[in-house]
Amino acid sequence: MMPKNRTLQIGQSVPRADAFKKVTGEEMYAADYYGKDLLWAGVKRAGIPHARIIGIHAEEASLLPGVVKVLTHRDIKGTNRQGVIRKDQPVLADERVRHAGDGLAMVIAEDRETLQKALDLITLDLEPLEAVLDPERAVMKDAPLIHDDNPGGNILLKGLIEKGDPDSALKKCDMTVEMSFRLPHQEHAYLETESGLAILKDDNRIEIIVSTQTPFRDRRETAEAVGIEEGRIRIIAPYCGGAFGGKDGINVQSLLALACLHCPGRPIKMWWSREESFLASCKRHPAVITCRLGASSDGLLQALDTEIVFDTGPYDHLGGAVMALGMEHACGPYRIPDVRISARAVYTNNPIGGAFRGFGVPQVAAAMEQMMDILAKKCGISPIEIRLLNAVAKGDKNPLGTTMTGSTGMLECLETLERDPAWTDREKWKAGAGPFKVRGTGIASAMHGMGYGPLIPDTANAKIELTRDGRFRVYSGVVDMGQGNASTCLQIAGDILNQEMTRMELVLPDTDRTLPSGSASASRTTYTFGNALIDAARILKERILNRISDMMMIKGAEEMALIPGAVRHLPSGKEISLADAARMMTGEERIVTSRFRAPVAGDAPTKDQALRIHGIPHTIFSYGAHLACVEIDELTGRVEVMKYVAVSDCGRIINPQIFQQQIQGGISQGIGYALYEDFIMDKGSILTKDLSTYIIPTALDIPDMKSIAVELPEHTGPFGLKGAGEIAIDAPLPAIANGIADACHVRIERFPLTPERILEALEKGQMRGDTA
Amino acid sequence: MKIGFKLNEKEIVIHVPPDKRAIDVLREDLGLTGAKEGCGSGECGACTILVDGESKLSCLMLAAQLEGREIATIEGLERDGIPHPIQEAFVEHGAVQCGFCTPGMILSTVDLLKQNPDPDREEIRKGLSGNLCRCTGYQKIVDAVEAGANKVNSTIKGPASKE
Repeated sequence: MMPKNRTLQIGQSVPRADAFKKVTGEEMYAADYYGKDLLWAGVKRAGIPHARIIGIHAEEASLLPGVVKVLTHRDIKGTNRQGVIRKDQPVLADERVRHAGDGLAMVIAEDRETLQKALDLITLDLEPLEAVLDPERAVMKDAPLIHDDNPGGNILLKGLIEKGDPDSALKKCDMTVEMSFRLPHQEHAYLETESGLAILKDDNRIEIIVSTQTPFRDRRETAEAVGIEEGRIRIIAPYCGGAFGGKDGINVQSLLALACLHCPGRPIKMWWSREESFLASCKRHPAVITCRLGASSDGLLQALDTEIVFDTGPYDHLGGAVMALGMEHACGPYRIPDVRISARAVYTNNPIGGAFRGFGVPQVAAAMEQMMDILAKKCGISPIEIRLLNAVAKGDKNPLGTTMTGSTGMLECLETLERDPAWTDREKWKAGAGPFKVRGTGIASAMHGMGYGPLIPDTANAKIELTRDGRFRVYSGVVDMGQGNASTCLQIAGDILNQEMTRMELVLPDTDRTLPSGSASASRTTYTFGNALIDAARILKERILNRISDMMMIKGAEEMALIPGAVRHLPSGKEISLADAARMMTGEERIVTSRFRAPVAGDAPTKDQALRIHGIPHTIFSYGAHLACVEIDELTGRVEVMKYVAVSDCGRIINPQIFQQQIQGGISQGIGYALYEDFIMDKGSILTKDLSTYIIPTALDIPDMKSIAVELPEHTGPFGLKGAGEIAIDAPLPAIANGIADACHVRIERFPLTPERILEALEKGQMRGDTA
Repeated sequence: MKIGFKLNEKEIVIHVPPDKRAIDVLREDLGLTGAKEGCGSGECGACTILVDGESKLSCLMLAAQLEGREIATIEGLERDGIPHPIQEAFVEHGAVQCGFCTPGMILSTVDLLKQNPDPDREEIRKGLSGNLCRCTGYQKIVDAVEAGANKVNSTIKGPASKE
């Protein structure tokens, strides 16, 4: 570990800049802001999945002492619609309830007790409509429409990508496998539930401190929804207490802005309870995936035909984009000549499907990577062999037809994994299982595209300042939701400017102070912002050195060097402190901004403009090869992940510790997705309402994980980096499922693989697919 | 109701309703927002505080239960501006990501090490299994606790007693 008195350098495990204030409790999250004369705001939610709104009776509630306001859709002057692409989600429902978590009225009260009492006093007059709870039902002709104005009926978005002739290719294949998989909802379960504090100030502007991944987009969406000018809103985004995609989009923002317009001058706080968060927030999309995969007898893939149905719930949120990314990754990181990928994102009255780390890829990887294992077995080759045989490499066209021009380390990942002792010694390890226990090892590969795709500009604007007192201040435009990118910004700037962490400071995203830089999402954060920041820091460095060399009448900046806190003239050894240097520069000179836009793919696998807007195709991908070593208790059906190895190609690593954090965290959420996180619905109501019934992994459920990086440089990346935020969540589920199949010869199509499902499969001797 | 207790080494007296939750007293009345609320039902451990040295969930405690007790929150763990060895170990070993579970995790660790000064990795995992973390996968937390335990032990015993 690097001592504090060293300058920051790329490639070193520097402890995170944010860690110290987090361990002392000093760091303020959005949930930690209160304020003098505080008001509390809360929402009355529908509780039933589909209904016509006849009336909202709030008279009694509004008369309760301590209640300041009760607001409904009638109090909203703006569009009352939110959404990233299709704006179909009301701030407060107007005519229709579309899921149980829809809000119908907001109460603003002097304290929390009064708020709760008032919410209980509101009665809703709702005429129940048939709830559409199954995507299959949703697409039937006689199914009730969830949005009357959607041209596709209950289909939010559909897409078809075809290359070659998959039907005849599949007929000619020596080996084919066909199977369906059903993937469940997954709850983000960030520890900080949705929260914010807002105030309408004397200057008639609304300031919102909120736990969000998307401050600049929030500002625009909120302004439109409540009907005020965008410039009247300031969004301040502190470190999030976790987000994972769940705070990519509006939650409390518009509600708070609306509350402010009706209660000027007083701070208003909204903080969802855990149960409310489960009820009203978005989830990972459930999916049903049916595929046919064919190969020649030697294991060379020939054709894939896959059909994907995503349950997007009642609102787009980012459902169309999730579907598109799922389609783009449905073939996995393999060469397949003939493919058909058809997909639909379907509206239902279930909880909202939205962004969640992985963004459609964990679902399709679950299917494809299990199919690969089934096929390998049929062809009589090992799961690593079949993947090595078919892996995409740089220069290849991927199955969609995009040329892989960036670093493409799938083969390197697999080769590294193949050499790992956990793989080479697997038979010995498996033989060590105790009585009534069986062990298996499972492999899965993954690829993950980075950024927004071809049509939405993926840009970032960095800003850096030499402060008056000679320190460097980095204005981060992208939220740090826990992944450490803010600290990485300091490491990047510190390396270029040759400074220690203690001489640098950060300004976290704030629409008044930092520059628009897009969302903290899509594995893009450090790639896009980092590139912009490198440029800004280099320009500032050159500017300081030039300024000082002019001042000192020195031949040129090449004789000067930045050292911690000063500029040194190398031939003479003379130094000028950065504080003195700052005094010689104007305020404007001391600030540099720079913009970067991520590259897009040159070739187009689809002409479908809707799919392109939703992100197809990407051009830069990260890769991973994972190995799960699992033990199954044959008496209880319980699965334990005993060992785990992840090999990743995320380009060069700026901070190994932060990189490992991303990989280990992704694996853990993936283990939860595979084994524990059973999100149970009944007639549109969530039965697993909180963390006592929806089980996320504890310290006892996750093994020590080994994470290896194959550091192939990505030439467009900041110091050769590619995104690392999502790649690790794509492979754990299929790796574990393949491990279970290896141990006890069962394939289960419904996830998560709970002990009940495992036991049932063991009893039936279920061997779907593998023997088909 | 008047409630008196020792908070982070200082005697204090406050006037709050006896049925106000301890976490709300700490966060709203006393401005100590280091104790976090993640679930409000005792599942996540983010609100952990030390009551007479033992880790307790402040979301399940009422104000009246603070009476006469010695309470430590994450804000009180530093001594004379020097962080507790466990806090240092969490920073150094990368145990902090979003950090929302961190205060509770650290206070649970302090209690764990009091009961078992030299836990192995499995014992650490058991000891912290009541504190949920959604970011880390726990591995670096276990690393930090292992390393921190060594530091705590050497601080208590003094360098001379080290082997």
